[in-house]
Amino acid sequence: MTRLVRNAILAALVVFGVSGCSSLDKKSTGSAAVENRGISNGEMTDIDAARSQGMEDGAGAGASALNDPNSPLSTRVIYFDYDSTTIRGDFEGVVQAHASYLAANPGTSIALEGHADERGTPEYNLALGERRALAVRRQLVLLGANAGQIRTVSYGEERPVAEGHDEQAYSLNRRVEIVYP
Amino acid sequence: MRFIFALSLMLVGLSAGAQTAPKGPLEIRITQGVEGALPIAIVPFAWSGSPLPEDIAQVISNDLTRSGSFEPMPREDLPSQPTDVAQVNFKDWRVLGMDNLVIGRISATGDGGYLVEFRLLDVFTGKQIAGFQIPSHVSNLRLTAHHISDIIYEALLKTKGAFSTRIAYVTVERRGPKDATYRLQIADADGYNAKTILESRQPVLSPAWSPDGNRLAYVSFEERNSAIYVQDVRTGQRQKVVSGAGINSSPAFSPDGQRLAVTRSKEGNPDIYVVELGSGQQTRLTTDGGIDTEPAWSPDGQTIVFTSDRGGSPQIYRVSPAGGPQQRVTFNAGDYNARASYSPDGKSLVLVNGGGGFRIAIHDLETGRSRTITGGSLDEYPSFEQKGSMIIYATMGGRGTELAATSVDGTVKQRLALQRGQVREPAWGPFRK
Repeated sequence: MTRLVRNAILAALVVFGVSGCSSLDKKSTGSAAVENRGISNGEMTDIDAARSQGMEDGAGAGASALNDPNSPLSTRVIYFDYDSTTIRGDFEGVVQAHASYLAANPGTSIALEGHADERGTPEYNLALGERRALAVRRQLVLLGANAGQIRTVSYGEERPVAEGHDEQAYSLNRRVEIVYP
Repeated sequence: MRFIFALSLMLVGLSAGAQTAPKGPLEIRITQGVEGALPIAIVPFAWSGSPLPEDIAQVISNDLTRSGSFEPMPREDLPSQPTDVAQVNFKDWRVLGMDNLVIGRISATGDGGYLVEFRLLDVFTGKQIAGFQIPSHVSNLRLTAHHISDIIYEALLKTKGAFSTRIAYVTVERRGPKDATYRLQIADADGYNAKTILESRQPVLSPAWSPDGNRLAYVSFEERNSAIYVQDVRTGQRQKVVSGAGINSSPAFSPDGQRLAVTRSKEGNPDIYVVELGSGQQTRLTTDGGIDTEPAWSPDGQTIVFTSDRGGSPQIYRVSPAGGPQQRVTFNAGDYNARASYSPDGKSLVLVNGGGGFRIAIHDLETGRSRTITGGSLDEYPSFEQKGSMIIYATMGGRGTELAATSVDGTVKQRLALQRGQVREPAWGPFRK
């Protein structure tokens, strides 16, 4: 398998391996006493828990297709070329597979998280990340998904998966992640 | 000519020879300095009693050293330590090549209060150039020292000092992919007294000072999407001012502090909006299909510059805050010009210029010409220091992203390296009242 595909799968495994739990540990302090704000936690997305729940429920062909490592649905990261927001040819099959799955499972919602590599300014990269997420969303809808099933968010350059400052790292960071609940 | 004016020089730098300012939590390493720094002697201030929490004379000495315009005499070389004008033998200091002498005294006024008195003396004429009595407090002694540094700087160089200013910045401690702690911090310009005002597991970016220095606007992803908050730095109270689907980011206070220019993409692509902080009313300024972001106000409040890629790649454009036609500003300056902000005199823009690496560039608004002033490969987030002489920015250093500062002409450079985590997004605050 090509190095790119292997890296893509490895990266996808890394994404799954790390807990998706995002509890908010946040405080704002002034010069006076510490004020502990009770900001409500965002939705917890513990991917591992959701996956095991899916398997126990035995939700049928849909759920097991999502968990099948041989299915294109197991690819959850789409990579992009530098300064590009166009979906590359080698990911068209992946996008098609997710679109078909969403079309067949109208009750399922996903989030598309757009990212950029660190070059350039953070705010422009926030916009680039969004453009990438929206490009994937557009393609999914064109191929059968319902727009209402898809939420997009951009993190720009703020959440890299690779911390290096070379093209190897940059190519891993220019991505859209497809996040199932 | 006794005084050497370094017109474009301000806060940072170093005279010939390596010097490092003492470590604060934000360690400052000086990498390139200016020749002809003024010799000055700062004598420990008189004080009797249990040790004070701050050595005011040392803070002043460090401030002036860091500016690159002065070369304070090392304390161990002081021939004597006068604390009163009557005790000064000016000949001793002339012989050592000192131009100026600073002496002072501190007295307690009860309840943690202090009176700090100092005199700036001309060694050649024996006359006093400046002298003040400053009421202070045990919790405020460093700030008083910085004020004295400002007075000395202004008296001798005829330019306003910025030793009492603060910087805001974001630090990122990354433990793994998607596992990081983001901290929005405020510190004194010398790196001391760093204080975390927001800590989050989700990204925080784009801090922006209000013109009165009392509030910071910033972007936080704590609710799983970008939203803009305005926080009072004195009380910690904050308000979410812009949120909703899409991007909500890039806040910039208007010069009167009443409005924020922001970026919102709720209509399908990022556009510039102006938000009235009082009423919450939002006015949309751009409607094209490209990316419009990174708004910044002119000092007179009449113009907003912003980044737009409507022409194919990011360039700087301008628009009136009331809306209307938008004009391109950067031409013949390469394929990537972004994150512009005005100099305090309104005559130029500092921005990020890309093309084989990213550098800080100055764009002269009268001539329309740009020149790069930093040589790094990944220099980002320029922020003009209040006085218009220094620019603070983030750059790739040996330990990851670091803050750095450069004079407008590029001759004086310093690095501010944080011990813990990486430092990003510096915003240099206004002069303190």
